[in-house]
Amino acid sequence: MLTISQAILDAIIAHARRDHPHEACGLVVGPAGSGEPVRHIPMENSAHSDTFYQFDSMEQLRVWKEMDERDEEPVVIYHSHTATPAYPSRTDISLAAEPGAHYLLVSTREPEVTEVRSFTILDGVVTEEPVKLSGVVDDHAVQSYMFGQTPTAVDYECRG
Amino acid sequence: MAIEVRIPTILRTYTGGAKAVQGAGDTLADLLADLDSRHSGLRGRLVTEEGALHRFVNVYVNDEDVRFIGSLDAKLNDGDTVTILPAVAGGALGLLAAAAFLGR
Repeated sequence: MLTISQAILDAIIAHARRDHPHEACGLVVGPAGSGEPVRHIPMENSAHSDTFYQFDSMEQLRVWKEMDERDEEPVVIYHSHTATPAYPSRTDISLAAEPGAHYLLVSTREPEVTEVRSFTILDGVVTEEPVKLSGVVDDHAVQSYMFGQTPTAVDYECRG
Repeated sequence: MAIEVRIPTILRTYTGGAKAVQGAGDTLADLLADLDSRHSGLRGRLVTEEGALHRFVNVYVNDEDVRFIGSLDAKLNDGDTVTILPAVAGGALGLLAAAAFLGR
């Protein structure tokens, strides 16, 4: 399960809405070993694309060094899909390289409702997990999110 | 000549869990060959069968992305730090389309 504060999730969704129709991407990092996402770092999508994202390599180095100095690790890696559901694409699965991270997907395809789903991706296997909000301050805001929370393992090893 | 090489989590299976290892070489290609002699298989995760750096791996010499300083031919000096980071990338596009989009 991913537990994340409403304030950070709101900031992620605002980032995704701001960059729409381009895909937005970023991180939430936390103290190493804690599994707690506490520091939101929006990243530049160096692909500036509606269908692809990639962290800018120099920005990534700066952020990774900073995490090292602060003894932090990436807890959440997020990006948006702007015309498709919040589910990892084959590209997402092939390129997932942080086995310990929660991969959070945000779909901005509907203007009024933002779909948010979280997954772990390990050796090509996608496992959905529930998203739990902490620090909820506004019940109404939550109603504009749609969470997919069916924990199922999907094995992509057999893809043709 | 000693060069510190920082290893990302996903590749630490090749280094017995070590976050950093020491290597030697005048160029990045030499360094990776040297590392592979002690950490067998590591080079194959970074370099394609055609002998180019993988598109979705970032390698830095100190603070420079090697793609801007000669890629595998990047020159190394004693005391340099080489950092390997998997690119963070993906998106809704299919993988073949993504490869075409990225010109590979």
